Amino acid sequence: MLRRRLNRLFGGDEKRVDSRTIYVGNRPCPATETFIPPKFCDNRIVSSKYTIWNFLPKNLFEQFRRIANFYFLIIFLVQVIVDTPTSPVTSGLPLFFVITVTAIKQGYEDWLRHKADSEVNKYPVRVLEDGQPARKDSEKIKVGDIVEVVEDETFPCDLILLQSSRDDDTCFVTTASLDGESNHKTHYTVPDMEKDLQSLSATIECEQPQPDLYKFVGRMHIYKPEHDPAVRSLGPENLLLKGATLKNTKKIYGVAVYTGMETKMALNYQGKSQKRSAVEKSINAFLLVYLCILISKAVVCTTLKYVWQSQDGQDEPWYNQKTEKEKGTILYVKMFTDFLSFMVLFNFIIPVSMYVTVEMQKFLGSFFITWDRDFFDPEIEEGALVNTSDLNEELGQVEYVFTDKTGTLTQNNMEFIECCIDGFQYTAFSSELDSFCVTDGPVSTFQEKAGREKEELFLRALCLCHTVQVKEAGPDELGGDQVDGPASEPLRPAEQRGFIASSPDEVALVKGAMRYGFTFLGLESKTMKIKNWQNDVEEYELLHVLNFDPVRRRMSVIVRSKSGDTLLFCKGADSSIFPRVRPEEVERIRMHVQRSATEGYRTLCVAYKRLSVDEYAAADAGLREARLALQDREEKLMAVYNQVETAMSLIGATAVEDRLQEEAAQTMEALQGAGMKVWVLTGDKMETAKSTCYACRLFRRSTELLELTVRTLESGGRRREEMLHDLLFDFHRKAVQDAPPARAGVNRSWSSANPEYGFIVDGAALALVMNPSPDTNCSRYRSLFLQICQNCTAVLCCRMAPLQKAQIVKMVKNSKGSPITLSIGDGANDVSMILEAHVGIGVKGKEGRQAVRNSDYAIPKLKHLRKLLLAHGHLYYIRIAHLVQYFFYKNLCFILPQFLYQFFCGCSQQPLYDAAYLTMYNICFTSMPILAYSLLEQQIAIEVLLDNATLYRDIAKNAMLRWGPFLYWTVLAVFQGLIFFFGVKYLFSNPALQDNGQVFGNWSYGTIVFTVLVFTVTLKLALDTRHWTWINHFVIWGSLAFYVVFSFFWGGIIWPFLKQQRLYFVFFNMLSSVSAWLVIILLIVLSLLPDILLGVLRKPRGPHTQQMRRCLPSSGTSTIFVLSQTTSTHSFSWSD
Amino acid sequence: MKAGPSRTNRPDNTAFTQQRLPAWQPILSAGIVIPGFTLIGLAFIGVGVALFVTSQKITDLEIDYTGVAATSPCFKCTSFAAENCMCQMEFTLTTLFEGPVFFYYGLTSYYQNFRTYGVSKDGYQLSGDTYYFNNPQDSCAPYQYDSNNNPIVPCGSIANSMFSDTFQLYQVVNGMKKQVPLDGKGIAWWTDYNIKYSNPALVNGSFANAFSGTVKPVNWSKPVYELDPTDQANNGFLNQNFLVWMRQAALPKFQKLYGRIAEGDYAQGLPAGNYTLLINYSYPVISFGGTKKVVLSNVSWMGGKNQFLGIAYLVIGSLCIVMAMVMLIIYAKYKFTDDDEDM
Repeated sequence: MLRRRLNRLFGGDEKRVDSRTIYVGNRPCPATETFIPPKFCDNRIVSSKYTIWNFLPKNLFEQFRRIANFYFLIIFLVQVIVDTPTSPVTSGLPLFFVITVTAIKQGYEDWLRHKADSEVNKYPVRVLEDGQPARKDSEKIKVGDIVEVVEDETFPCDLILLQSSRDDDTCFVTTASLDGESNHKTHYTVPDMEKDLQSLSATIECEQPQPDLYKFVGRMHIYKPEHDPAVRSLGPENLLLKGATLKNTKKIYGVAVYTGMETKMALNYQGKSQKRSAVEKSINAFLLVYLCILISKAVVCTTLKYVWQSQDGQDEPWYNQKTEKEKGTILYVKMFTDFLSFMVLFNFIIPVSMYVTVEMQKFLGSFFITWDRDFFDPEIEEGALVNTSDLNEELGQVEYVFTDKTGTLTQNNMEFIECCIDGFQYTAFSSELDSFCVTDGPVSTFQEKAGREKEELFLRALCLCHTVQVKEAGPDELGGDQVDGPASEPLRPAEQRGFIASSPDEVALVKGAMRYGFTFLGLESKTMKIKNWQNDVEEYELLHVLNFDPVRRRMSVIVRSKSGDTLLFCKGADSSIFPRVRPEEVERIRMHVQRSATEGYRTLCVAYKRLSVDEYAAADAGLREARLALQDREEKLMAVYNQVETAMSLIGATAVEDRLQEEAAQTMEALQGAGMKVWVLTGDKMETAKSTCYACRLFRRSTELLELTVRTLESGGRRREEMLHDLLFDFHRKAVQDAPPARAGVNRSWSSANPEYGFIVDGAALALVMNPSPDTNCSRYRSLFLQICQNCTAVLCCRMAPLQKAQIVKMVKNSKGSPITLSIGDGANDVSMILEAHVGIGVKGKEGRQAVRNSDYAIPKLKHLRKLLLAHGHLYYIRIAHLVQYFFYKNLCFILPQFLYQFFCGCSQQPLYDAAYLTMYNICFTSMPILAYSLLEQQIAIEVLLDNATLYRDIAKNAMLRWGPFLYWTVLAVFQGLIFFFGVKYLFSNPALQDNGQVFGNWSYGTIVFTVLVFTVTLKLALDTRHWTWINHFVIWGSLAFYVVFSFFWGGIIWPFLKQQRLYFVFFNMLSSVSAWLVIILLIVLSLLPDILLGVLRKPRGPHTQQMRRCLPSSGTSTIFVLSQTTSTHSFSWSD
Repeated sequence: MKAGPSRTNRPDNTAFTQQRLPAWQPILSAGIVIPGFTLIGLAFIGVGVALFVTSQKITDLEIDYTGVAATSPCFKCTSFAAENCMCQMEFTLTTLFEGPVFFYYGLTSYYQNFRTYGVSKDGYQLSGDTYYFNNPQDSCAPYQYDSNNNPIVPCGSIANSMFSDTFQLYQVVNGMKKQVPLDGKGIAWWTDYNIKYSNPALVNGSFANAFSGTVKPVNWSKPVYELDPTDQANNGFLNQNFLVWMRQAALPKFQKLYGRIAEGDYAQGLPAGNYTLLINYSYPVISFGGTKKVVLSNVSWMGGKNQFLGIAYLVIGSLCIVMAMVMLIIYAKYKFTDDDEDM
């Protein structure tokens, strides 16, 4: 419903204007002659789907839209309408059960949503009415109302901040509930706002609601009686989002701009697109086969019936006359009803309960992931998170792993390692901070290399060029600061001083500067304070922040020092800084940057520029103008930024280390051992990413690297396109054509007899491959590229934009064989690839919670991926595959005897089993053991799975649900079905089976077959069970006992509601016959014999374990081995 | 502060949640399967031999009296004109037919398991509920009401088509026919006779009055309360032959119990000699290509004569043994190769 509403909203966009006008306080404004209160939706949040009135019809409609439910509904209706062999109850009851359970579950969930909604909607808020705050329910807020919010309250709707109780016209909020970032964010009031909100007369023009949390453009017109209307630009920094919480601020006033379902929070609550697992596709394929079997069975029976009836005396023997109605029906109608009747009789072959069981298995099974203590990370005190349980088994099928580098392979725990000032390197210092508390002179580790002035400039730049906040102890700290004087008080906790920033690099840099003696004290009222070597506090007025964004890959600040100089400090990636500084400065620093990068450090270059008054005025005007723009604000800002950040001078570079995650190398090794191909997709630069790959053992010394980057493309001095063409063909020849034809590529050999290839591509080159100039044949490039990638053991894609990451995932996903892909990442830039891949994994890292929210599974650390895939994924896959096959199997051998019986009852649709057995077979007698199996089975112990990654290959490519195993199960079912039926039939060649000479009838026949059936399918599962916990014992023997008890009960009482007591004492009589006992034992043993034989002859797992022991060297040696590789490669790359 | 959330967030360390429940992990190794197969095979062969021998001991005698062939004594009765037709079949026993001897009649190509046929009865009526005497259920159609719209009791196709041939067995002793008593008691299931079916309560002391306002099934010559003129108790729905008939056969070729020979001179069985079977032939089967027969058989603990079970047990038992031996050979081979690899 929400989605439809949104669609309507977006669909109607074209007709609407692009912006909305809001009258602050809902008062008419002088500029508009006629005040028409605009219509916006109210502030009611409706996340619920149903109301009491529409629950039943709507829920039923939604449920029957599922194809399976619809099928069963049709079967049920056929049974009601047409005279069919089984009563409508047999299929109606299970359907009713399934529908009711689902409806109750959905109803309960909706009730919870209703409760949550009303909690939000009835939340008391204060709205300014005639200058006085009036209490209202949250849902009554209208767009334009001025709302008062006090500390620690959440905002009831999206507000434009008009007034704050803080002196500096700011307020702090946390958006923990929106994107999980717990740092305080500063929001600003609309500049130059009047104090008296009552007399404020203003309109706000802003864009229509859109879901991007970080984008907002608007303009505020303030009308004053004697002045021209003043215009203020509004940006995201003025917008307080519903769901965020006010912090460190006593009270704010804001005007509601988006309410209810139009708030950004509500717009972000769209359901993600449903991912479907490959198993589900297999199920659907099998269903189709079974549907064909069902239809052909019905056709065969119908045909036979009429062929048989055409014989003399068989159509209407004297003892079975037709009724008048039957005689009156037209032949073709009769044939059709017969066909339907047969369909109904055999419809149990497609069991309604399978869907319920599969859903339950997935739902319950996913708890084992959340419960797993190995996934618990004591640091963040959280375990794994399962956002969808539909993909459990997909975890066992992964072929391609796309991993982010920063925060995923590496810890994203930045540590300032070294810096380079003016070409002189300042290496790592000792960690003892006390030594830096020197009040005069540079720190000892600073050897006098660069000029002191340069050093100070560099450190100032580090202290100023960022958006870091100092964590405040309490809300009153700020006031205290000013009274006590800036120098003394905040100094003491300098070491513990908490810094909060959206990026850990910035914190590392600020902390690094602090260690060198320059401390950032905080930002107050647009004034940045830093403490220098002399312990003096320097104050800088923060004029502009030119924000960081991944496209520019740099950020700048413009500050004005006390002395009146206007300075621009810029820091950013080397590639984005070097072109903007004087070239002669570059060479000195470039070497250091490259060296740092190859060590695996993240490097940033720092530059500055002194702005003259005119320059600043121009920049200031440009920035203000761009910020005011309603249309294309981003583009305009970008243009101004680029204009300002030119002709800077380079001061130095920093190197920050991002440590590898714990066990990153072992995890990658395990994944590769499991036959998965690991691709690293990162926005980082090539050298850094490459060294991370070496450290993670994705690349080895023996790996031959194929590089397709801007560097290699431009090296030949030819056109990029030509070079691309040559390189692609060259690599293709190497990696694909010359590769051994056996394509045992997955089998990573330790002897390195075959050369291994690693492929490196960067964003620019990828863009060329993906979108080449029109004259080249692009599809050719793409397929070449893909083939090269697929034949390499590891692929590194660096300098990727988020969308390019998704593009790569999509390309692999849609390639031949449609391999299962997995994306793992921790940041907002990974969301696109997480959503794109079959399975998206979020790492609960430091870059906020967006990746986690959009993922299917979230784990605290990369190392957990190993267990998640190798153990959980493997087990889930085996379990569900077995569950699916077993379900089809047990229903085929359930229905086959009934089908065969048609040949011996004149194809008259006589059911073999009693209605109770038909109904209960799937619900009670055979459902619990397989459910328990599919939750608890561990054919291979978890430890073994973790130790032997190669076991994962055994189930690759949906091995257990391909046509081969399906055929095996089907043949087994047919074999058993034939045995059940004909075994009992030969027994019944003389129906006198008791020692008193009495004879058995057709219901005894059916009951014997059914007993054999129930015991056989349950014991077959028992044979397959390799992991017998007490639950398995309880459920398997319990359901057999239940069958016997139920049969006694069902046959032991005259049930008043039954027309015919068909089974009355049939079961007792059966048990009193020795022959019946003997035939039951005989048939059970006979049906299970082939399975036992195959089980013995196949010798499961025996050879594997042996092989494994031989293949894998102990991991200890390999660690040393690889470490030595890493260093040697570095020296190689330096010799170039 | 720190302990609190860690206790709440940290997953429980139970064997169940960690998937570490103690488990028995059986593996079907050759070491278990080979002895297992041998044991099963031996047991099956044992049972098979017992079954086979038992079945061999059971004597049975089938007499087809359909009368299709012109030479058959019952040929005369197959024409439609013949009413109250009696025919005689003669047979000779060379040895003693050990008792108790069970007397079955058998039909072939007779589909008692037709779906429409099988549902064509009224369970409430048959349990003596007189409301349904006047209002038989629709499932009985077309034998719900007769042409005069009188309710039929017992209604439905099954009752209507009740087997109507009657038999008398004579031993010819010195040219004289000596009747062999056929005991018709206890041929139906005990529960059918005592619980599932019951007669209506007497009305005015008369059993027949209970059925007033109803008519007999179309094909019947006598109403249900006069089925057995010789034994008043054996009438109504509790007539043993009726009960036997009402239990539908599983397959189109079936036999049903008619009586037992366990009394008087024949308690030990039928002595060797000549016998005459007098048949009151009234049940038509030729129209649908069926046959009728009489089966005389004694039974054992396993029921009537049936070679299938014994042979099946023998075959599967020996199969198990053979497989065990084959596996032993394979296993021995594997074992050696395994040893080689280990070295």
